[in-house]
Amino acid sequence: MAHIIKNRQIIEDSWQTIADDAELPTGSVLISLARWNQERAALLERSDPLGVRLPNTANIADLVADLPHWPVVALEFPKFADGRAYSQARLLRERYGYQGEIRAVGDVLRDQLWFMARSGFDAFAVRADRSLEDALAGFGDFSESYQPGADQSLPLYRRGRFTKT
Amino acid sequence: MYQYDHYDQTLVDERVAQFRGQVQRYLAGELTDDEFRPLRLMNGLYLQRHAPMLRVAIPYGLLSARQLRTLAHIARRYDQGYGHFTTRQNIQYNWPKLEETPDILAELAQVEMHAIQTSGNCIRNVTADHLSGVAPDEIEDPRIYCEIIRQWSTFHPEFSYLPRKFKIAVTGAAHDRAAAQVHDIGLNLLRNAQGEIGFRVLVGGGLGRTPIIGQVIREFLPQRDLLSYLEAILRVYNQYGRRDNIYKARIKILVKALGAVEFRAQVEAEWAYIKDSGLTLDQAEVERVRSYFTPPPYEADAAADSSLAQWQIGDPAFAAWVRHNVADHKTPGYRNVFVALKTPGVAPGDLTADQMDAVADFADRYSFGQIRATHHQNLLLPDVRQADLYPLWNALAAQKLAAPVIGTLADMICCPGLDFCSLANASSLAIAHQINEKFDRLDYLYDLGELRLNLSGCMNACGHHHVGHIGILGVDKKGEEWYQISLGGSSENDVTLGDILGPSVAKTEVANTLERVLQVYIEQRQDDERFLDTYRRIGLEPFRASAYVNEPEAIAPRKLRATQRPAVEAA
Ligand code: SF4
Repeated sequence: MAHIIKNRQIIEDSWQTIADDAELPTGSVLISLARWNQERAALLERSDPLGVRLPNTANIADLVADLPHWPVVALEFPKFADGRAYSQARLLRERYGYQGEIRAVGDVLRDQLWFMARSGFDAFAVRADRSLEDALAGFGDFSESYQPGADQSLPLYRRGRFTKT
Repeated sequence: MYQYDHYDQTLVDERVAQFRGQVQRYLAGELTDDEFRPLRLMNGLYLQRHAPMLRVAIPYGLLSARQLRTLAHIARRYDQGYGHFTTRQNIQYNWPKLEETPDILAELAQVEMHAIQTSGNCIRNVTADHLSGVAPDEIEDPRIYCEIIRQWSTFHPEFSYLPRKFKIAVTGAAHDRAAAQVHDIGLNLLRNAQGEIGFRVLVGGGLGRTPIIGQVIREFLPQRDLLSYLEAILRVYNQYGRRDNIYKARIKILVKALGAVEFRAQVEAEWAYIKDSGLTLDQAEVERVRSYFTPPPYEADAAADSSLAQWQIGDPAFAAWVRHNVADHKTPGYRNVFVALKTPGVAPGDLTADQMDAVADFADRYSFGQIRATHHQNLLLPDVRQADLYPLWNALAAQKLAAPVIGTLADMICCPGLDFCSLANASSLAIAHQINEKFDRLDYLYDLGELRLNLSGCMNACGHHHVGHIGILGVDKKGEEWYQISLGGSSENDVTLGDILGPSVAKTEVANTLERVLQVYIEQRQDDERFLDTYRRIGLEPFRASAYVNEPEAIAPRKLRATQRPAVEAA
């Protein structure tokens, strides 16, 4: 079974990513947004957990009604330099209060994990050819941050910056 | 100026450690070229024609004497003994070794400096009027807001992988000296009828292949909303800016495609959600940051000095320098002194390590230890007593830093071009030299009056050729260097993009063509009209008619192929 990073720990991934033309197996499955839209009524009947993988062009505001059905939302990084999913993650967490797992999938690499975590991602399907142990170090690059994010609603200066030393 | 606290210092130190690790992993083959590229660019490191190039941030142009001495030390120890100041108030080193760049960043961190976000598709070093805090026409000091923006944008989690680079400029005076209208976002500080501080917000300006002047999307944004509004603009851009074509990825293209009205509507819709969030700027923070920018202890009787007037009468060379290289100050008895980095024969903006040390000494002696870098690639000593101008002039002259040419044709903006930049079509520095040699008589330069000559080595327009009163752009024709001349641009309040004069000219003919263009101005000008005003009055035709008489072989400009060179590292 594949491994991912979840809450800064390496765990076995219990979610299966299912292609659009494949039968849905039992157990936890991740499907595409297109499939969700097409088979929505049938999928709502399903008892096993189901998560959705969103392209980075998906407008989160359009999906708000569906979010409660998804324990996992996977956001795609087709290339690590394509940063659209950072905005999607922040909107999910900060605007729409999504509490489920937000998983980074695709070109997910160590040097972007800090930014992803601050934007609201809590699970990381690190690219298969890279070491997860090594990637874990990416979370420790910085000990503080100036601006608010999904992890912290206040900027540094409003968090007692001048009372500590 | 701003001083780091424990948090600022920790973040910069952690950045050095992070980058050191990234360099090690790259050298060990654990990061590919493609993976390492954005990481190094976000630390200002390019791979250039001869060697890497390292761009160090000078936040909104402010330097202390101690910092300038460190820049000198770095030039000596890690480079070939000089540095190059850019139009965005940064400094570039052209010869560092990749392996040594983490050490350079560590040395910078010791004097509260860094190279964070000086390149890459992220929010770049914010720039400001070089006369911030000292300009007689100032409404409000931009430096406070620049620092606040610097902190907000540093390692911004959502906006570190934007479609393309993102540049913000802030002005706080009646006069725009920071080219704010040709930035991705331009902010003009102002006060409303109630006397409250706010910003006029312009968006979508920029040069490069598709020069566009920014459009106002908000006439008055209250101070408290500065960061939430910036975040809303950036969020719209991050989601909807084009990522399929590097030449269409800047925010200006998005604004143009949507139209300013629709773009504004999207920003305002986004902003409505975050207007009253943790991003709201409180007055206490503004005051805290302001406390770092209090005026130095000016002498109350500085204006009583009479020696300046005497020296001006007694020494015409000094008088000429004062006329051109010294600007008014808002405090009586004080002046702003330009340190001209425009010595003929030296690349515009270049300064040797010894000169840097000397300028640092002058700053300590004459300007409260403060130096500024300007958009026009000069330095500035911002707080000089008028009584000190004469000794300072002598000291600058001994360092070849007193060329009395600020604001004249010789005060060129010029990008590094073929000598250093891997994207260049043209040796812009050689052209600058050719022009310097041709127009070396001060009385001729003075007769031409205020003239902005901007030179770029390629379409990326780092030399801002579109907004020069006269612009020169290097183009490649079948492997040969040709030069396209444009007239009538301006980056100031009266912003315009220049018009192309006609066919581009051969390398050897640039200065000659310029001379014919200038002759038209001399013949046609009325009273003490500037070149730009004459141009605006009489239009392009008289210039075109005279510019080419001696050059039968000039041929029509060809459109540059977009694929000519990889432009991923376009500065
Ligand atoms: S304008 Fe072109 S040649 Fe000049 S520095 Fe920029 S990219 Fe290089």
